[in-house]
Order: sequence, then structure tokens, then C-alpha cells
Amino acid sequence: MRVKAQITMVLNLDKCIGCHTCSVTCKNTWTKRDGVEYVWFNNVETKPGVGYPIQWENQEKWKGGWQLKENGKLQLKQGGKLFEFLNIFHNPNLPTIDDYYEPWTYDYEHLFNAPKQKHQPVARAKSLISGEKIDIKWGPNWEDDLAGAPEHAVNDPNIQKMAQEVRMKFEETFFFYLPRLCEHCLNPACVAACPSGALYKRNEDGIVLVDQDNCRGWRYCISACPYKKVYFNWATQKAEKCTFCFPRIEAGLPTICSETCVGKIRYIGVILYDPDKLTELLNEKDDKKLYEKQLEIFLDPHDPKVIEQAKKDGVLDNYIEFAQKSPVYKLMVKYKVALSLHPEFRTFPMVWYVPPISPVLQLFEDKSYDELFSSIDEMRIPLEYLANLLTGGNVEAIKGAINRLVAVRYYMRAKELGKEIDTKKLEEVGLTPEGAEELYRMLAIAKFEERFVIPTTRKEFDRDVYKEQGMTGFDYTPDCDFCLP
Amino acid sequence: MKRKVSYLLKKFTSFAPKETYSGGHSALTEQDRTWEDFYRRRWQHDKRVRTTHGVNCTGSCSWWVYVKNGLITWETQALDYPTTGPDFPEYEPRGCQRGASFSWYIYSPLRVKYPYVRDVLLDAWRKAKEKNHGDPVKAWDEILSDPIKTKEYKSARGRGGFVRVSWDEVKELIASQLIHTIKKYGPDRIAGFTPIPAMSMLSYASGARFLSLIGGTMLSFYDWYADLPPASPQVWGEQTDVPESGDWYNSTYIMVWGSNIPMTRTPDAHFFSEVRYRGAKVVSVSPDYAEYVKFADEWMQLNPGTDAALAQAMTHVILKEFYVENPEEYFIDYAKQFTDLPFLVMLNKDEDGFTVDRFLRASDISKNVSNAEWKLVVLDEDKNELVIPNGSIGYRWEDTGKWNLKLEDENGNKINPALTILGKEDEKGFVKLPYFEDDKKGILKREIPVKKVEIDGKEYYLTTVFDLFLANYGVKREGLEGYPSSYDEDVPYTPKWQEKITGTPAKQVERIAREFAKNAAESKGRSMIIMGAGINHWYNADLIYRSILNLVILTGSQGKNGGGWAHYVGQEKVRPFEGWATLAFARDWQAPPRLQNATSFWYFTTEQFRYEDNNIEKLASPIKGKTKYKHPADYILLAVRLGWLPFYPQFNKSSLELAEEAKRAGKNPKEYIVEKLKNGELEFSIQDPENPVNFPRSLFVWRSNLISSSAKGHEYFLKHMLGVENTGVMAEYSPLKPEEVKLREDAPVGKLDLFVVLDFRMTGSALYADVVLPTATWYEKTDLNSTDMHPFIHPLNKAVEPLWESKSDWQIYKEIAQTFSKLAEKHLQGEYEDIVTAPLMHDSPAEISQPYGKVLDWSKGETEPIPGKTMPNIAVVKRDYTKIYDKYIALGPNVYEKPVGAHGWSFDAKEEYEFLKTMIGTHKDGINKGMPNIEEDEKAVEAILTLSTCTNGKPANKAWKFAAKKTGLPEVADIAKDRESEHFTLKEITAQPRVSISTPIFTGTTHFDRRFTAFSNSIEYKIPFRTLSGRQELFIDHELFTEVGENLPVYKPPLVINPFEDWENPPEVDEKTIKARWITPHGKWQIHSTYYDNLIMLTLFRGGQVVWISDEDAKEAGIKDNDWVEVYNRNGVVVARAAVSHRVQKGMALMYHVQDRTIHVPISEITNETGGSHNATTRIHIKPTYAVGGYAQLSYSFNYYGPTGTQSDSVVLIKKKKKVEWSN
Repeated sequence: MRVKAQITMVLNLDKCIGCHTCSVTCKNTWTKRDGVEYVWFNNVETKPGVGYPIQWENQEKWKGGWQLKENGKLQLKQGGKLFEFLNIFHNPNLPTIDDYYEPWTYDYEHLFNAPKQKHQPVARAKSLISGEKIDIKWGPNWEDDLAGAPEHAVNDPNIQKMAQEVRMKFEETFFFYLPRLCEHCLNPACVAACPSGALYKRNEDGIVLVDQDNCRGWRYCISACPYKKVYFNWATQKAEKCTFCFPRIEAGLPTICSETCVGKIRYIGVILYDPDKLTELLNEKDDKKLYEKQLEIFLDPHDPKVIEQAKKDGVLDNYIEFAQKSPVYKLMVKYKVALSLHPEFRTFPMVWYVPPISPVLQLFEDKSYDELFSSIDEMRIPLEYLANLLTGGNVEAIKGAINRLVAVRYYMRAKELGKEIDTKKLEEVGLTPEGAEELYRMLAIAKFEERFVIPTTRKEFDRDVYKEQGMTGFDYTPDCDFCLP
Repeated sequence: MKRKVSYLLKKFTSFAPKETYSGGHSALTEQDRTWEDFYRRRWQHDKRVRTTHGVNCTGSCSWWVYVKNGLITWETQALDYPTTGPDFPEYEPRGCQRGASFSWYIYSPLRVKYPYVRDVLLDAWRKAKEKNHGDPVKAWDEILSDPIKTKEYKSARGRGGFVRVSWDEVKELIASQLIHTIKKYGPDRIAGFTPIPAMSMLSYASGARFLSLIGGTMLSFYDWYADLPPASPQVWGEQTDVPESGDWYNSTYIMVWGSNIPMTRTPDAHFFSEVRYRGAKVVSVSPDYAEYVKFADEWMQLNPGTDAALAQAMTHVILKEFYVENPEEYFIDYAKQFTDLPFLVMLNKDEDGFTVDRFLRASDISKNVSNAEWKLVVLDEDKNELVIPNGSIGYRWEDTGKWNLKLEDENGNKINPALTILGKEDEKGFVKLPYFEDDKKGILKREIPVKKVEIDGKEYYLTTVFDLFLANYGVKREGLEGYPSSYDEDVPYTPKWQEKITGTPAKQVERIAREFAKNAAESKGRSMIIMGAGINHWYNADLIYRSILNLVILTGSQGKNGGGWAHYVGQEKVRPFEGWATLAFARDWQAPPRLQNATSFWYFTTEQFRYEDNNIEKLASPIKGKTKYKHPADYILLAVRLGWLPFYPQFNKSSLELAEEAKRAGKNPKEYIVEKLKNGELEFSIQDPENPVNFPRSLFVWRSNLISSSAKGHEYFLKHMLGVENTGVMAEYSPLKPEEVKLREDAPVGKLDLFVVLDFRMTGSALYADVVLPTATWYEKTDLNSTDMHPFIHPLNKAVEPLWESKSDWQIYKEIAQTFSKLAEKHLQGEYEDIVTAPLMHDSPAEISQPYGKVLDWSKGETEPIPGKTMPNIAVVKRDYTKIYDKYIALGPNVYEKPVGAHGWSFDAKEEYEFLKTMIGTHKDGINKGMPNIEEDEKAVEAILTLSTCTNGKPANKAWKFAAKKTGLPEVADIAKDRESEHFTLKEITAQPRVSISTPIFTGTTHFDRRFTAFSNSIEYKIPFRTLSGRQELFIDHELFTEVGENLPVYKPPLVINPFEDWENPPEVDEKTIKARWITPHGKWQIHSTYYDNLIMLTLFRGGQVVWISDEDAKEAGIKDNDWVEVYNRNGVVVARAAVSHRVQKGMALMYHVQDRTIHVPISEITNETGGSHNATTRIHIKPTYAVGGYAQLSYSFNYYGPTGTQSDSVVLIKKKKKVEWSN
């Protein structure tokens, strides 16, 4: 065993209102500049839908993530080092700008400057790439609320993989939102793919970054990432990606997208895991089992053996303490209501999702538990669809998570109206009354301090912080030998 | 600079594994990470400032704006709201994607940086000024007396040609035009439109104060936007009061009805998603699969506009199961105490049964009581006697301390009101009740119990409102005939009956109604209905709402935490109301201000009445079959004549000149006006709205994008108000002509002489203005913001100083006032008397001026013209036009001399006035010497906070004491006692948001540990509703309601409107068209038009105007997703892209309000002009019942009651666009 700490995020899709505030605040802070106009470190997609970039989930097309070779070994789907070497000047699996969208602006000035004319002037759209007038055909959120779904959403890979037919019909309409950011995977394909070693996963918190000094713009990270969350900055000619707002995380603050999430769907905390088990678990052949395999890599932060080993492995005390209070550990491991996004990509992603439960038909106290759970099968959102998205096709895992969420509602309704509570039924879905109440509190009430349990960065152990206190922030000339970096 | 490390060395270190694991799959390496500062430096900032967005989204979210290197870089939501308690979700973070994108505007190319004037006008005015020896007023006179010059600049509006101009010159251009208007036509030809004070109160107050001081007119917005739910004043006598969003979390059963919570109540939505985990059931009612449907356990899917039918059937189920079959004690007790259901109604007997007359009054039963015409009567269940309970409106306007909801008569005897006559009846008889369906109307005949009473030889047939209710809803009781026997019978208002109208399965309706009521019974009123614009923008919004309100009233949920109506349309709640109203309408100096119902103003100003497609007689009750008038214009004239509604311009003569005339004639101006009106020598302006002397001449628009946003029928605005050539109007003059409103041969075009827009961005309105003035953004000024969604008051603060040449609105109007006053020294010397008419106001003694709900028209000799009683009040206001500036910048003496208050509650503010002198300083000389100085924005804000009960504990306590006396309820005096020492200042609310103080001007109380809900004061303290009966009124007995069959809630279909009327010829098009109901709900990427033109929002959804249509309709018309389409009807054309989706029902087209015609809109091939925005295809439809006044809760108040600007009742044709051409 070896212990590492990972900063992890859970998003409750059941609460996501699809407002895109996360995307906007992220964009304002990180990607509102030349070269990354089309880049959304965080974006929100309406599901079903093909997303951004188009059909990013289709690895037959993009060759992202990992695959098991015939010899049972894990290899990048796009190919190993030899492939990279042979294709170093032309990576065949890169999305083009049209797969994202051609960013645009408008001729706003014309509204002020138009001379007297026959018709009312308008601000026409123009490309941010060519500067020419543009016919807008696609965007980063083109499919919002199922816009154009009859034409596009049928190409959603999660639908195409379904046995059950999904009809784009008024009466059967369903949708939900999927906010996406870099998964800061435990087995990041982008890091493995970089010929320059510019991508790395930080030892202290598992955040995956592209070293802007070392990146040479080969773009293998872009094609290797199955989530398409590494982007190319055309101005700097380097790859950039979501940094998990590490400057904020280091200060104990949540990421911008999490702090500004007005639906209050995001949770951030520490998870301890055992990196030694990585390849063994990922060598599982059955995609449907990968979600559960990933659960096996996580360590119980209360286990004395884990704590002892963690200390040996240099995990700082505050990380251990925060891992014990971790809201994400509870949602992912303790209550198993949060699930992994496409575990079949075999990167062990670390941004997890609570599936949407609504609409459940006729939830009311007149219904028995049994009737209630049978109605989950009739959910508007097909369980198989959710399974393709969140458990590598494992429908039972989806059902288990949803059962627990519905049980919480049922339990709390009885409590609110002073009715009898059937705890046996809670047990059947793996909950105790205390557990139901804890889960309720996490889902419904969770205050800022409960949603975000983030250790601050510790510098006192490996630096002269006494000296650094007065110098931090100052830039010195290159020839200053004694200056701190 | 970091230490230099050779690149080669770095490569080595980064590749050298320190440690490997997982079978060599992963490695720990040592590499230089100093580059990480690249991102750290971006995050670092110099300061953050608390402010908010002054936009009408109802959010009122506190934001932190970040400044780095002197630039505003981004914003994030503030997180430091006071807690809601340990086991309750918090308000943080509040703020959505739209607000988060605001910083884009600050430095964007869309920013209005300087004052602009159109070159045609500027050249003409400069030349004329020069010719007239530099006299700017004469310059205007010269231009405006020349029809060619006038047409030249008016027809150029909206067609480019802006030039930059200096502040000094533009102020003179504006001020001189105002003086021209005042001299020639009178001050009431100058109007201002700015909406929603709650979004930035001081900025609202700026122009309002200036215009009020000069005698101009302020136009309403809440009714005009159709955000006002007319049912609220009708049922409760209250404009709007609703639970804060946190109270949703107290509910155990929520229906969401036409309110797209995630999309439009974004910062509040989490309470809605969270309460589900607490076990609340959620039901959605919607014609499309809207975002809120995603969160619901059930979807009641219905046809657009048929919501009332569904609610009527639910009412039927609740009455039958919970009142008749198994009476629920909790509901019955509530109904007896807090509704008008037990009150007695008179019936008229004729050969085939009874018809409904009006409430029985104390005056009918010859009781020797004061205000007897305004006190209602119940039957005491125990004594079987007619008794007069406390609380009717007659008690409100006498100081007997009996205006309360105790079940007592005025001698203090206990009363037990009988809900029904059944069992005590003297006879039974069939009552005739009207009903309406999609293509027919008819008369229901249902047997009811009747009490027969003889008083002074006159026979009265009486029944209760409850008995009428059961008859109306078809709820059968033993021994009464004429009722459906089961839910399956297809007659009004069974579940089966509604099914054919709404398309919602009868069984579902029945079950949901039962669940909703059962939940209320078990939880004591925690059943809630969140409702909104989706059902409020219809012509018959009041009927839809009254039908739905039945559900929360009959289940005892109204006034209970977690229950009742939760209506959210528009940010109407100005918490510090008294202070704001004092400043805004210059009440500190003079009264009354001219406050006008905007709907009727635009209806005439834009000539939409010429094209009227709504014959009121077609909507008449089948019982009477006739209406007083056919044309809505005549109803407005009636309403103005009788003092129900205001109308400015007032008379066909200048109000200053009339005062002069009266003086010359040696007469009292009031008597003089009455005499002249009576003998016809003087006319109300709207008797002849097409006469140039009656045109409004000058219009200011600020904090608003009138033309593209709220202007129902905006092409009519362009054509008739502005004089733009080639608009989208395809309608022809209607064959329906008013009887009393005069028509000229042709409808005038270009009525306005000057159109001024203040904005920080170039909107569709600014584009059509003569003058555009640059305002400071919400990150560059000081102001206040509040909402009903939460109990806090937020400041706007400067993160940076106003950029380029922009200024705050308060400063802009201050400077205009200064220039104006200076010019007045030459052109408007001396003191003028201004005759101001004012309507019979709600919450004033005038609300009991026209008894019995009978219309008596003095112009027909039916009564005498008595100002303030049978016609408008007439007041004389003195104006010194040279002193406008001095008054603007000082808080006037009335604050000291007269009580300050609102909604009938007031307090003495002497103490506060004195306090302000110390706090903000005084003026040192001039007419305002010694008065508090409100010249600076910050000081004016302090004045508002000091003079308001919700932000200052002392006034709050004074007002509660007043309320205790008025109601005879001593415990009311102490409601805000614990907060007496608090006084909010700008700095304090900037340091942290604060929970506002409980005040009688709102209907519930605010505490730290309790969420606000509306009308809890009535339920908990027994403070009356401000209605005729003092209770929640389910029965309305006014004559105009009777003539259209709306005494009781009924279902009425959407106004049946074709895209074109039968007297018109639709344009010929080659393509296949589809016909669709035009629905314009609030959108996701814009708050009205704000943010719509923001690049971030445009990028996030399709980059221009979009119309949503169903895949089936699209297929029929050969339209593919993202195709350009033209959407058109008689009113105009929209050019947009199609969003084709199966989540939209066939037969409806959704265009989210407000996209703007300024962004990427091509030329229409139908009109050969740039396509319009969502209101190009709508128009104003006036509902006459909303004009009723002088009658208890049916009395006018600004933004409170009055005709609404409905926009959902229109139908369009949609076709694929053939070619795409652009204006540039």
C-alpha cells in the first residue's frame, strides 16, 4: 500500500439547473484572452446531446483514453510512443475548430458609427479567427435545453449504445445537464501522452497541469484526453487546461466554478487512494465493472493502517484530517450516490456525479416503498442512458444510487409530516436513519464549509518561510542569486 | 523573474523519476514548478468591492467585483449573507450566469462612452440657434413650426447618423426643448419612463424627481409589463406580496405553474431542488418541457393559455371532497375567518330564477352605522341573525379601532359566520351563472339555498358567497338540483370538462387536487403554488390567477409559511419604500405628482387603438349579453372621466394656462375646471388623442430598453410615436370605432418632439433616440437594490469611477435640472400654478367614493361632477421653474411638516429629518438653506435609508404604533420592538447584507430565524386585507365585472386572434406557413434585453435571435434547425433563427423575451426592413375591468392596479426565410 491524496469534486446533477454560471466565471477568470476564445475549461452540456466538442464521448472517433491490449496491458488508445513518434508532425485524432466552434464577436461599433442610412443598422457577427462576417452554425452550448435535438441528440454516443430505443418525442421528453471540467484523473492519459513531459500530476493534491514553460505544442495530450479537456492556445502555441483553480485551492478556497455554483451542486474534498493498485484495477476487462474497481482504489481515511502509511508517504496531517471530513468521500464511497464519468475510458476520473432522479412518477406518501422503487424503472430518464454515462453501463449501480436518493426523500417526508417511518426499507437500500439524515443534510442543507473541505497549502516544512514572508510577490532581476523563486 | 535554469537541465530533471509505482506505470518526478505562478498571478487582485446588478431580474444578488491593475476583471457572488439558521439552506451564493458576465460590458465596444445626438437634428438645431441669436428655445420653436424640418429629423430616427456632442451642448438642447414644451403645451406633455425602482432606487428617483418637480408625468411599468398580477389587488387589495424564496424550503407540496424557476429565478432555484430532499412533492404545470419540469415528480402538460380551466377543475375537486363530502375543519375555520365566503350576496329574482347582484351592505339593512355603504353583512350561524362583522373597508376610514379580523361585531359580541344558508334557507331557487368555453359561452342553472329577508318593506333574496361558489363550481349537495353527479360528467367545472380544453388527463387533475388539499390539511397549510409570467402575461391573467388562488385559499395555505401563492414576475418590492417615494416623486417639496398608467398611455400615444381587434361586447356575459361600450378606448375615457384612472396629458389646454384663466376669471380653479368640463368647453386630452395639442412631446427613457423590450406592438411605437418610415406595421384601421373617443381622418405619425435615452450600452431604444446619454454602470455608481426573493437590502458601489464621459443617473438629471433652471430664468420666470388632476387612490379615503360597484357617469347626468368623488381630484401645485435645481439637491420641508408613509400606514419623520441634517449636512444658502443636502448619490441614499421603516427601527416602531391604533390590535405595536435601535447606513449594508426590519407596509414579518411569507400578518395578527370585506375576496361585485361575467372566477379562453383580421390582406408568401400561438417567456441568456447583447451570453446560445418551434411544425413548414425564419402577423415581423425541438408543443412558438433587433438581424423580405424583436408581433389589449376605480381594492394606485400590457394573446405565421440580406 502507498497513500496519496487527491483533491476531488462531486457534482450533484439532480440539483444542476443548467445555468452555466460555472462556465462564465471560469471563462472570465481564466480564458477570456487571445488564443483561448473557444476554450471553456468548464462547460455545461444538455444531455442527451453531442456536446462540446462534438461527440467527445465517441472514442472510436477520437481515440482518447486507454485501452487494454490483447496482452492485458494498458495502452493509450491513440497508440504508444511509437505512434507518437511516427505522427509527430501530424496528429490524426485532433478535433478541428469546427468540432468545437468558430468563435465570433459582433460589429458592435457599427451601431454608433453607421451613417444615415435606409435601414436600421445592426451589429453583425464576425469571426474571431478570420475577422470576416460569419454565419453562426455551432457553438459551445448549441444544444441547450434540447435545441435541435431531433437532428443532433440522436448522435449522442450514450444513446447510440443503448439497447432501448429513445424517441425524440414531446410526451417522452427528458433532459438534464452535465457540467464538465478536467477530471484530474488518477491515470491521466494526457500526462502519459506528452512527449515533452510537460504535463504532470501534482504530488500533494493530484491536480493535473500543463507546464507552460515545457509545453512544445505537440498536442498529444489533446487527443489522448477522452474528455477533450485539454485545449490548444493558438496564441502561445501551447496546451492549456483546467487547473482546478490551484491558486485558490492552495488558499483553502474552492474552485471558481464551485464557489459560484448557484445551484449549490458542487462539493470538493480530499480522497486518499492507493496508487500501487492502479494498473491492477484498470486491468479489469469488463467495462461494467470499472466503476466498482475505481471504488476499490480509495482508502478509508479513518483506518489506522491507512493513516500510518499516509504519514510515512509524506501526506501532511491536514490532508489526512480533511480526508476524514471529506464530503466527496461520503457521497462517493460511504453512500455510493456519486458515480464516475465514463469509467470505461480507464483514466480513473476524479470529478464524480450524483445522477438526476427526477422526474420520478408520483412520489407521494400514499405509495409504498415497493411501488416507489418500481416506479424508478419508469423514470423519464432511461436508467440505461445514465449507466452509459456514469457507470460504464452498470445499471444496477445507477439504480442503487437513485434508490438511496429517493429513500431519503421518502424518509424525510414521513418525518416532516409526523408519520410512521419504516426503517427496514431504508436498510434494504443500504441506509440507516442516521445515514438518511446525514445524506439529507449533505444534499439539501450543506453549508459552504460542509460543501468545501479543502486543506490549505503548507510551505513551512520545506522552505524558509520566515524569509519568504517579506519577499513573496516581489520580482527580482535574473542576476539576483540569493533571491527566492 | 525566476532563477534562470538552463532548459536542458530542466528537461533532465523533469524526466528523472524519483520514484515509480504501480508496476512502473506511474512515476514521481522532480521538476521545476515555478511556472505555476503564471496562473497564480492571474488570480491575484488589488481589491474587491461589493455591488450588485441594477437589472429587473428579481435576483438582487450581492456581488464582489474584482479590480486588478486599475481594471475591473471579473465578479463573483458574495457569500456573507446572514445565516438562515443551522438546519436550513443558506442564501449564498446568489447570482447567475448573466450577472457573472456583466463585467464584459464595462470596456466593451457596445459601451456608450459619450453623449450622442443624431446629426440631422443637431445640425438643424445649431443652425436655428444661431439664426435666433443663440436662443436655444427659439431654435426649437423654429424647427418644430417647420413641418419639413420636423419630418426630416423624426423620420431619421433609428437609421444611423449619430455624432458625438459635448455634455454642455446636449444639456442645453434637452433643457430648451423641455421649456419649449412647457410653454407651448404645459408640463404634462413631458413624460418619463423608467421601470422597477427596486433594481436601482436612486437612479429611478433621479429623473422621476426632476420630472415631478417640473410637473412632468411618470409612466408606470409593473402593470405595463404585465408583471402585475391584477388578481392580487382584486383578491387581497395588495399590489404583490409573496414569500421570500427561502420559504419554499418550508413547503411539503409545491406546484410550479408557469414559473421557470431554474431559468428565471436562478439564484433561488436551489431551495426548490433542495426541498425535494426534505420530502416535498413537486408538480409542474407547463405547455412545454420547460427547465422546471426537469425537477418535478409530475408534469401536468396542458395547452397554452388554458391554465384557468385546469385550476377550476381542481377547485371543484377540493370543494367537493374537503368542504362538502368530508368537511375539513381546518379549511372551514380558515374560510370563515379569512375569506369573504360567508358574506351575504343579494340576488335578483326573475321569471326563470335568480341572477347575482352585489354584496349586502349595512346600508341595505338600515343599520344606523357610519360608512354603512362600505360595511358588509354575514348571517350568524348560532343566532340566525344578520350581523356586521369588524374589518370591512368602511371601518378602515373611521377611527373606531374596529378595522380588524376578529370575529366580532362592533359592540364586541362574538360572531360565528354561516358559510352556507343550506339548512336555514327560506327557499331554494336556480341561480344563473355564466360560463365560457373555447368557442361558446352559456348559462349554468344551479339550485341554491336562499334566505328571504324583508327590510323596510323591501324583499331581499340572499345567499352566501360560499353557496354561489358551490353553484358556480357545480359541487352537488343533498337536496339541490342542477349539478353534475360525478367527475366524469362533462360540464363546468369537472375534471372531465377541463380535459377537452387543457388536454390534461382528468384523472391526473383529480388526483393532484386531492393530494394538494390533503397535504395542506395534514401540514396546516404547507401547500404552495409557485407561479409566474407564463400564466400572468395573458389578457385574462386575473381569471387564471383567481382560479389558481382558490387552491391556496380554500386549503388554508395562504399566509402560512411553506404555503400560499408564490408569484414572481419582476422586481417590484422596493423595501425602503417610504424614503424612496419621498425622493422620487419630490414629495418632500410638493404633491401630487403625475403618475400615469403606462398601458393606456402607450395605447393612445402609439395609436394602437386605431387598429383595435378586440370588441368587448363579444366578451360579454351571456346573462346580460351587452356591455357598456364596445371599444376599449371608450372604457379608458370613462375611467379617466370618473377618476378611476389618471391620464396625462390631462386636458386639451395647458395646465398652466388653465390656472391663469381661472385666476383671470376670478374663480377657484377646481370649480372652474368642473364648470368647463361640464359645459364641454374643456376636454380631457384622450377625448381627442389625435389632436396635436394632446400629444405627449418629450420622452425620457432610462434604465430601460423600452422599444425592444416592453413595447407591446413596438412597430406602432416606431411609426406613430417616433415617425419612423417603413415599419413592420401591416395592420389596417379597425372598423370598430370608439363611440366617445374622437378619431381624426388619419392617425398622426411622429408625435414626440424629443426622445432621450440614458444607457450604458447601445440598445434598440438608444438606437431610435434623438439623444443618447452615457450612464455609469452598476460597478461605477452608488445605489440601492432590493427584492421580494430575500429579505436583504443591497448597495451598489463604485469599483471604479464612471468611465469615459459617463455619469450616474442622479448626477445627469441634477445637471439637466441645473441647465434647465438657468434657462428658465429667461424663459419661464416667476411662479406658475399648475392644475393637476389625480385619480381616486387606493389606500386613501377616496377608495370609498363610489359605492355599490355601480357606475354613475356625471357626463351622462347620472350624478353630479364632484372632484375626488365622482371624478378626478383637482389640485393646484405651485412651480418656480428657476428653482428646480435647488429643490432637486435638497430634501424639502414636507418631510418635517407632513407624515411620511405608504399603503395607508405612516409616521412622523421630524426626528429623522433633523438627524439627516447632521448626518449628511445642509445647504448653506438659497431657498434650500438649512435643508439636508442630497446632492451626492451617497447622501441621497442615506436619506432613503433613514426615511424608511424597513431600514430604520424608529420609524418602523412609529408606524407599527400607528397600525395598532388603526386596527385596534395592541399587540401589533411591538412587532419590530426588538429592532428599534437599528438604522442601516450605506457603509453597514456594504460591510454585510442585513435583514430588513418588519414594517406594516408589507403583509408579513421579517425575522432572522423566520422566512417571510405574505399575509401572515392577517392570519397571525388579524390585520385586515385591504379589500372591501377586509378578507380575501373571491367574489367581486362591480358592475363592469358583472357585464363580462367575472363576479366569480371563471375560465375564459385566450383571446381568439388570427394573425390577420378579416378586414386585412395578409402578405403573399411562396413558402408554406405554420400558425402558432406566440409565447414570449423570460429567457435564459438575458434579463429583458440586458445581457442579451453581451458576447459571452450570445456565445453560449446561438448568437442571435432564436424562435423555438416543435419538430412537427418545423417538418410541416420545411424548416430545419438553425434555419432563418420570418415570424409575422398584422403587427409586424420577427426575423430569427429556428431552434427546432421536440420539447416544444406543436402549435406554439416560443421566443424568449427580450432579444434585441440590434444584434445580427437581417432584413425581412416581407417588410423590406430590419426584422423586429419579440414584441413586433404583439400588441396592447386593454381589459376594461382593470380600469375600474374608486371602489375599495379596485382603486388605482401607481403600478398597483390598472390595465396591464398583456402580450401572450397573439398568433403568428411562421415561414422559412428565402434569402438573407443585411442592412449593412
